[in-house]
Amino acid sequence: MKQDKYTEKLTYRVSSMEQLNAAAWSMVIDCPECAAKAEPGQFVNLLPDGAFTLRRPISICEINKEKGTLRIVFEVRGKGTKALSELRAGDTVNMLAPLGHGFTLPEKDTRVILIGGGIGTPPMLPLAQYFGSNAVVISGFRNQDAVILQEDFAATGAKTILCTDDGSAGRFGLVTLPLEEEIKAEKPALICTCGPLPMLKAAAALASAYEIPCQVSLEERMGCGIGACLVCACRTKDANGDEQYTHVCKNGPVFNAEEVIW
Amino acid sequence: MADLSVNICGIPFKNPIIPASGVFGYGREYERYYDLSKLGGISTKGTTGTKRTGNLPPRVAETPMGMLNSVGLQNPGIDAFIANELPHLLSCDTVILANIAGSTPEECAEVAAKLDQTDVHMIELNISCPNVKQGGAAFGTSCTAAAQVTKAVRAATKKPLCVKLSPNVTSITEIAKAVEAEGADALSLINTLLGMRIDLRTRRPILHNNMGGFSGPAIFPVAVRMVWQVANAVSLPVIGMGGVMSGEDAAELMMAGASAVQVGTAIVQDPYAPLRIIDELNDWLDSNGIDTAAELTGSVRAW
Repeated sequence: MKQDKYTEKLTYRVSSMEQLNAAAWSMVIDCPECAAKAEPGQFVNLLPDGAFTLRRPISICEINKEKGTLRIVFEVRGKGTKALSELRAGDTVNMLAPLGHGFTLPEKDTRVILIGGGIGTPPMLPLAQYFGSNAVVISGFRNQDAVILQEDFAATGAKTILCTDDGSAGRFGLVTLPLEEEIKAEKPALICTCGPLPMLKAAAALASAYEIPCQVSLEERMGCGIGACLVCACRTKDANGDEQYTHVCKNGPVFNAEEVIW
Repeated sequence: MADLSVNICGIPFKNPIIPASGVFGYGREYERYYDLSKLGGISTKGTTGTKRTGNLPPRVAETPMGMLNSVGLQNPGIDAFIANELPHLLSCDTVILANIAGSTPEECAEVAAKLDQTDVHMIELNISCPNVKQGGAAFGTSCTAAAQVTKAVRAATKKPLCVKLSPNVTSITEIAKAVEAEGADALSLINTLLGMRIDLRTRRPILHNNMGGFSGPAIFPVAVRMVWQVANAVSLPVIGMGGVMSGEDAAELMMAGASAVQVGTAIVQDPYAPLRIIDELNDWLDSNGIDTAAELTGSVRAW
């Protein structure tokens, strides 16, 4: 992209790039002013180089305010994320960040259960770093080859439970089984989750059944990322319980589960 | 530094670059990036008689050099717009074009009548939204319906009235003439082209509305062509739009006949796009020894 004084404002340096598995990449971006403002659950909106019209929204996986960096972990899903995966340390990237409404967090010494599914797992890491040993992190993947971030989660001091759909790593089966066990063992004050819609729905249903507050991070095809273009609509209930369309980029991506119309 | 000011229907614009309706909301999201007074004007999110929730998601799809959207005129309704958004917009020291739409000519006229009582500078009547079942493009694709809705709105307001035309027609000049005959003061074009994309894996259209409005640099040549045709067919000022991404694109659309230029998809990609385009237009004029932006309008030397 042509460099001008406006584009410069959105241009940041990639400080490291690492491939985590066949599809997933970890990118650290040097962006002190963004890192200073970022909160768990927010996202960045990256414009890949090339003939792309839309930015790619990617959730924040790590916020390092001292180093002034944000880390994102994403999967190559199409041409745009492929182009982003070809960036290397020292390259620049066009980014709007931090965007969106993140998780609303209680005190650090609160028992929480964090549930990540597949590429929805990365935004759970800043939460695990915040709650440390008070957190239980349950992550679910298709199979062993898709597993990411388990060492990062272990390093936070959180209890980690790994599940795979085919049993090739960790426990066989869905994240909802260990979720219910953990709830029964000791009821948490909060459940936070990000991942495929059926998983979010199931986690929210369990949270509701046990009367535990639950915050879910949603995904939708997105445009501007700042709440103006209104394309990333999701159905939610307003204060009166009336159905409305709110927007993942501005009102979310994190919503209270009871607001969401599934 | 060239003189970028233009005048449309007696309204002075400090420069010819205007965020297009739909991408810019009511401006609030962009104020954290820059002062809105730098803009030539703002065309506000299409507003209807009563609140509309819009279409089911997904509402956006990408395509090479463009995008499709099917928002479906989600807006809080004219009363909420006038009460909650317009006062702030009018304090922003830029020209405010209130974009309006409705399911019937009566609804459009009612919205216009309410705006007539405000200090809004111009009304932009959208007869071309491709994403709603009633009104919208149904008005904009027949000369009779376009004339009828323009007549109703004209009777409801003395504000300068700009009618936004659809490109999804056999002859845009016929629609333009029909609208001119009913008292429009200006025309804006082009709204989005009707398009569709399909997810090969699910065999589902990407947009839940199946079809949507196609915009972005891919449609720019269509915009240049239609602006040129319409500017030559009517004696009204034309506000051009459709895939403008740079100052040079803006200059090209003005040469084709536009008095000012709206910018849409470029802003979805980059919030600073309008400011960059203003700077680029100025630089282009300076480097070509042209003193005023206004002299570009209609200056194409057609073969």
